[in-house]
Amino acid sequence: MSAHEIEIILSRQLADCLTVPVFIVDPEGTLIFYNEPAEQILGKRFQDTGEMRVGDWGNMFSAHDEKGNAIPPADLPLVQTINSHEPAHKTFWITNMEGKSFKISVTSIPIIGRSKEFSGALAIFWDNVSGYES
Amino acid sequence: MSQAMRVKLHGTRGAYPTSSKETRKLGGNTPCIEIIGENERLILDAGTGILNIAFDKYNNSDRIDILLTHLHMDHIQGLGFFKPIFDANKEIHIWGPGGSSYPLKDRLNRFLSPPLFPVVLRDIPSKLIIHELPNKPFKLGKFLITAKFVCHPGPTVGYRIEVGSKSVTYIPDHEPILSNPHLFKEDNWISGFDLCNNTDLLVHDSQYSPEEYEDKVGWGHCSMEIAAELSARAKAKRLVMFHHDPAQTDKDRSNIFKKFMSTHTYDFPIELAVQGHEIEV
Repeated sequence: MSAHEIEIILSRQLADCLTVPVFIVDPEGTLIFYNEPAEQILGKRFQDTGEMRVGDWGNMFSAHDEKGNAIPPADLPLVQTINSHEPAHKTFWITNMEGKSFKISVTSIPIIGRSKEFSGALAIFWDNVSGYES
Repeated sequence: MSQAMRVKLHGTRGAYPTSSKETRKLGGNTPCIEIIGENERLILDAGTGILNIAFDKYNNSDRIDILLTHLHMDHIQGLGFFKPIFDANKEIHIWGPGGSSYPLKDRLNRFLSPPLFPVVLRDIPSKLIIHELPNKPFKLGKFLITAKFVCHPGPTVGYRIEVGSKSVTYIPDHEPILSNPHLFKEDNWISGFDLCNNTDLLVHDSQYSPEEYEDKVGWGHCSMEIAAELSARAKAKRLVMFHHDPAQTDKDRSNIFKKFMSTHTYDFPIELAVQGHEIEV
C-alpha cells in the first residue's frame, strides 16, 4: 500500500492534536482515520477498526433532522464534499449504534494539495450539546 | 556486481555555511550531493557544496541537471555562483517543486535578482531551463526519478533516484512526525515512506538530538532517532545522517552520534555525512 499524500498525513497529525472529532476520508469515501474524540461518535476505536469503507462507517450512525426525518447520505456534508470537492456544512442530529443521540454541526473541507489533485476530505464535528472547553 | 551509482557528498551542513576548523571534518558547505551513473550526472540541491563539483574534470557535458528539494536559502545559495551558470555553452536544467501560488521560476527569481543577487535570471549567460517537477516518476538519461512532497515548511520534496535495481533516497530536510517521539505505526501514514522503501542508500535529515528537537517542533527537521526509525521501518540498507547543525562543532555532532549509537541497535550501517565522501551504491 502506498503512503498517503503529505497533505493527508499532515491532516492526521492535526487531527491527532485536536479535541474535536475529526474524520479523514480518501477520494472514494473510505474513512482512513478518525481521532479519539470521533471514536465517541462511532462507538469504535480506530486502533480496532482501522480503515472503513463508506458503506461500513456510514451505517454506524443514523442522521436525522430535528423532526426525526432521516437525512439521506448524499445530503451529509462529508459525502457532499467527496462528490463535489467543495466545502459543506450542516447542523443535524445523529444517533450512534449505542443509541446515543447528538446534535452536531459538521464542516467538511476538500483536501487538495500542491499536486492540485483531490486527495480526500476532512470533516470536523461540533457537538452542540456538550460543546468543547476552549 | 557492478555499481550502479556513486554518490558524492559536496555539502552536508544545514542552514548556513561554516568555515571554522571545528566544523572542517564533517564539512561546512550547505546541501549538495552529486549522483553519478557511469557517464551521467545528477546534482541534488545547490547549496554552497555545488561550488566543489568538478564540472570540467568529470562528465564534461554541456547539459547539467539540478534537482532542488526546496528553495530555502541553504539549498540554493550556491546556484548563482557555480561556474557553468556563466558559460553560454551550458544548458542548465533546474527542477524543483511547484504547487505554490507562484511558479517555480518566479520564486527562484526572488533569490536570483537584485537586491539579493546582482544579476537577473534573464541576463544569466547559460541557457537556463526551469521545470516544475511532475507528479509522476520521470527519466533523465539512465536515472529514474521520483519526487514526492514531504513534511517540511514550504513546498519541499524528497527524491528517490534509481538506476536498474539500485536506489538512492535523498531527503535532507524532513520532519516525518511532529512532536511525537515515534512515527505512526502504519507505514502508509509516514511522510516520505515510499521514497525510502527498501532503498540502498538513504541520505536523511538528522539535525537534532531528541532534547534539541523538543524546542524546535515544526521547524522542519528531525532527530537522529526518528531518522533511524524511518530507515528501519522502510528497510533502507544504509543511512547517512545529513544536515548537520552549523552551530555544532564536529565534536558536538560526534558526541551526539556516539550517544545515539550507544543506546540503539540497528541491523544496517549508520554514519554521519562527511563532506567530500563518496559512496558506492
